[in-house]
Amino acid sequence: MISPDSREEALHSGHHPDLQHHFDDMEQQKEASSLGMWVFLAQEIMFFGGLFLLYLIYRMNYYPVFAMASSSIDVKWGALNTLVLIGSSVTMAMAVHSAQLGYRKPLVFFLIATLILGGVFLGIKAKEYHDKYKENHVPGMANFHFVPEPDKTGSIPNGVTPEFAETVSHNPAYQHTALIFFTLYFIMTGTHALHMIVGIGIIIPMIVLAWKGRYDSSYYTPIENFGLYWHFVDIVWIFLFPLIYLINRTPHIG
Amino acid sequence: MATVAQVEPQFTMPEEHYINEDYGIRSWLLTKDHKRIALLYLISVTFFFAIGGLMATMIRIHLLTPTGNLVSHDNYNKLFTLHGIMMVFFFLVPSIPATLGNFLMPLMVGAKDLAFPKINLLSWYIFMIGGSVALYAIVAGGVDTGWTFYTPFSSVYSNTHVVTAIVGIFFAGFSSILTGLNFIVTVHRMRAPGLTWFRLPLFVWSMYATSIIMMLGTPVVAITLSLVALERVFHLGIFNPALGGDPVLFQHMFWFYSHPAVYIMILPGMGVISELVSTFSRKAVFGYKFVAFSSLAIAIFGFLVWGHHLFTAGMSIYAALLFSLISFLVAIPSAIKTFAWTATMYKGSISFKTPMLYVFGFLGLFCIGGLTGLFLAAVGLDVHMQDTYFVVAHFHYIMVGGMVMAYLGGLHYWWPKMTGRMYPEAWAKLSALIVFVGFNLTFFPQFILGYMGMPRRYAAYPPEFQVLHVLSTAGASILAIGYLLPMIYFVWSLRYGQIAGPNPWGATGLEWKTTSPPHKHNFEETPIVTEDPYIYTPELERQATFV
Repeated sequence: MISPDSREEALHSGHHPDLQHHFDDMEQQKEASSLGMWVFLAQEIMFFGGLFLLYLIYRMNYYPVFAMASSSIDVKWGALNTLVLIGSSVTMAMAVHSAQLGYRKPLVFFLIATLILGGVFLGIKAKEYHDKYKENHVPGMANFHFVPEPDKTGSIPNGVTPEFAETVSHNPAYQHTALIFFTLYFIMTGTHALHMIVGIGIIIPMIVLAWKGRYDSSYYTPIENFGLYWHFVDIVWIFLFPLIYLINRTPHIG
Repeated sequence: MATVAQVEPQFTMPEEHYINEDYGIRSWLLTKDHKRIALLYLISVTFFFAIGGLMATMIRIHLLTPTGNLVSHDNYNKLFTLHGIMMVFFFLVPSIPATLGNFLMPLMVGAKDLAFPKINLLSWYIFMIGGSVALYAIVAGGVDTGWTFYTPFSSVYSNTHVVTAIVGIFFAGFSSILTGLNFIVTVHRMRAPGLTWFRLPLFVWSMYATSIIMMLGTPVVAITLSLVALERVFHLGIFNPALGGDPVLFQHMFWFYSHPAVYIMILPGMGVISELVSTFSRKAVFGYKFVAFSSLAIAIFGFLVWGHHLFTAGMSIYAALLFSLISFLVAIPSAIKTFAWTATMYKGSISFKTPMLYVFGFLGLFCIGGLTGLFLAAVGLDVHMQDTYFVVAHFHYIMVGGMVMAYLGGLHYWWPKMTGRMYPEAWAKLSALIVFVGFNLTFFPQFILGYMGMPRRYAAYPPEFQVLHVLSTAGASILAIGYLLPMIYFVWSLRYGQIAGPNPWGATGLEWKTTSPPHKHNFEETPIVTEDPYIYTPELERQATFV
């Protein structure tokens, strides 16, 4: 383990083994990488922003069907996944902290914990997708069909009467609107899941390198940058969850 | 100046420079040197420019006769679509940023390389993948939606290779995001000691503004076009009105990128002009801070004006008026720049070298292009002009008359830095003249055609328009010669050009303080900047052997 003041040494000597030739010192290299990550995340915000815009406009235009379609997604799993993801953000933050202090084993431990929680999230997501597949709610499949149904408590969600549910299930216009909801549901959560998969693809080699002692208190920028990325992906979910899962769950309010 | 130029300077090429420091195809394809990557980009975008130009030539030949006899009407639709896709996504957007920008940004800020050399190389590979996919779309049978991919035609009805083309554009967009990211971080973190923000060359400011647009605009068009592709493959309804989708929403999202993108296609040109006008007037750029901030202003306003593409697409009158007003506001920073360049020349010691000829061309054509933009920003006039040749002429005056002129001017200006050799001045002047004449002859008649009501993208037209169309086609032939000549003499100059020496123009700026061509790490030692930009000293005048 490298002592804390060797970082200071490395910063000023200019001969740190991880210093790339075109930077003057480690500080410049670190600042460049972390600014690069922030700029990249700004770009990501615009990418997801386009999807959020589409979703919000259609949700405003087609609110009743969006509310009914939203009720068909199981909020339990979404809520659980939110907890899992927040948990993974905590372990990621701990990983960055360990890296800063140069603690190798805790770093590896927290990275693995993050990896596992990310995997759990994707597993639950896959289960949810499978449920949608069984319910014929996958856009692009010939058997796509949406029938609003009463929720598990037996009451009718969103003030939908059985007659109206019947109408929705036969009216092509309502079916088209439901198709838009599920399209956006799959594309938005799918794009998010894709970012998780990319993250997992990055974290696995990172764990190996961390185990080999590649990172210490004088060089941990990759961990820090990956942390930024991971937190960003979490935050996207924090917005996705209420927008997609929690439409009009409590119709008696308001 | 003239007396100095008569003394024939004898320079020798530096013994070691970035081109001869290593040989072999691997040393180029795996290079992380920004200068080599710039040359890779230069060759690539020239190739795509040639393809886009070939399409343009065929379009103009087709329109020689009112009935259009060269290609079928379906193929005509493909021609103008592919011309647009090639020129916009594979030439104009990467042209100055990825070639001159890549080469010059580290040199101008006194750095050894861009902040992320590997990402820079990656961006070229991604660009080439995108270009190859787009080429495949052409070979496989083409696309006929127009480069704008309006739905639901693109997502439902068109029977052409829409998805392939979109995949190609997606890659190209990703590549320009990575370039923009690299530039932003380089400007923030890689500046040499003493090089404060207000000592930066104006080219760097304009590239910085361009990069902001690339970072914030491109992802939106990436997701929008991806949705079009998904909608097409899986028969979804996001933008298809028959399935409850909103096609106008597509137009909003498309132009949210594609209007700022036209500033990606002009801001770098403005940066080049700022450098050139100063060097060949031997004066500091007038109103440096105004020119610098006007680049940022254009980048910011650019994001607020997309709606002016939709005046006739179904938009509330209040939204239309607001978009019209903000579009007019873009004229302010643009005019600030134009006046600043003119004021720079005032009482300057002007020399009429080729790059300066391109500056003159740029100024005139950009003024026409910019002012006709104001016609189109006016809601009432736009209803008359929308989708006519007036629009076509307008944006070609900006894109070709502005950007391509600046690109050529910049290439001539920095050619000695990139290759160590001068281009042949007489030939270059001749081709600059040919480009100017050919360009005006091609596109000025199109203003008149548009005003008379000739719609764009039509494969046939009423016979009374023929004279103007023939003039335009004649101009295009002249223009083609003007573009071919530089390609020939630039290659010629690589072997036979006069050796330039480190600073043939006696220009300010760090890129002229190192050898031509620079060696691998740009500078012998990191330069320290102690003065403002564009200060012409007697020492520089002595160096200015070619001015």
